[in-house]
Amino acid sequence: MAVQTSPIADEPLEPVEETVVTEPQAEIHPDVALVERAKAGDTAAFEQLVRQYERQIFRTAQHITQNREDAEDITQDVFFKAFQKLDQFQGNSKFSTWLVRIAVNESLMRLRKRKTSKTVSMDQDVETDEGSIPRDFAEWRPNPEQNYSQSELAEILRKTIAGLPPGFRTVFTLRDIENLSTEETAAALGLSVPAVKSRLLRARLQLRERLSRYFRQNKEASK
Amino acid sequence: MNCTDFLAKLTDYFDGQIDPALLAEVKAHLGTCHHCEVVVDTTRKTIDVYRGAESYEFPEELSNRLRAAVMERCRASGKLRDIAVKSSCEPTGK
Ligand SMILES: [Zn+2]
Repeated sequence: MAVQTSPIADEPLEPVEETVVTEPQAEIHPDVALVERAKAGDTAAFEQLVRQYERQIFRTAQHITQNREDAEDITQDVFFKAFQKLDQFQGNSKFSTWLVRIAVNESLMRLRKRKTSKTVSMDQDVETDEGSIPRDFAEWRPNPEQNYSQSELAEILRKTIAGLPPGFRTVFTLRDIENLSTEETAAALGLSVPAVKSRLLRARLQLRERLSRYFRQNKEASK
Repeated sequence: MNCTDFLAKLTDYFDGQIDPALLAEVKAHLGTCHHCEVVVDTTRKTIDVYRGAESYEFPEELSNRLRAAVMERCRASGKLRDIAVKSSCEPTGK
């Protein structure tokens, strides 16, 4: 079965052209060579892989756990586990996707261990439809980037995503921030594709609604 | 198509995974419904703003510290060795 490339959310007005790939592309990702060298014990090759993906893994872990110290520990654990399991990496997925999957597992384990008041089961927080029905229909003008400094914006984004149930936050992170495909996200979380789509919709709508408080056009100013 | 039907198709619409007949209906609804038009626009901006922002700082110091710790653990496991020829090691992968 052909794995779909990551759908991009940028061009909704036209349907994505069906490029039917009959055979897998023979193009070899540069990581494959690095992984081979690392498997053979090459320190520099493995360090290069760590360097390339540490930021992404840290970001993923922090988005899911919402805790900086956890994210630091997880980042270390992910690369160490990846190193130990390098022989299991068959190259069927991208190396980065493989790492992200390990990071998701580690992050969810941390959340479960921490047992915060919010439920952390991937199955339990689905029933909350609260906030998924759009109520704020104000336009965002000017664009958020024009109204806030980078650090203000980062603060707003952090606060807002922290308020989502972990199951929604995780799907949004993988799909929209880390750009995994729906299928890859489903595989990483052990969810069905329809379940991923449903969570993604609610995550996007809830974030939109919450961000609207900050980014909505000020009616007084525009009149 | 009403607003509820439209919302149910929003993810497929964003992901470009929607059949042409349905797409025509979606567009027709968008043409007449300002609320849904705003939802589409602001949802797109929501995704873009998260994608574009580096919400969590990842300073050089942290990067170096984490990488050193990882390499230390890997070396301690005994499966790594420094290969003498390092000429092909470029600083970045891109
Ligand atoms: Zn509508």
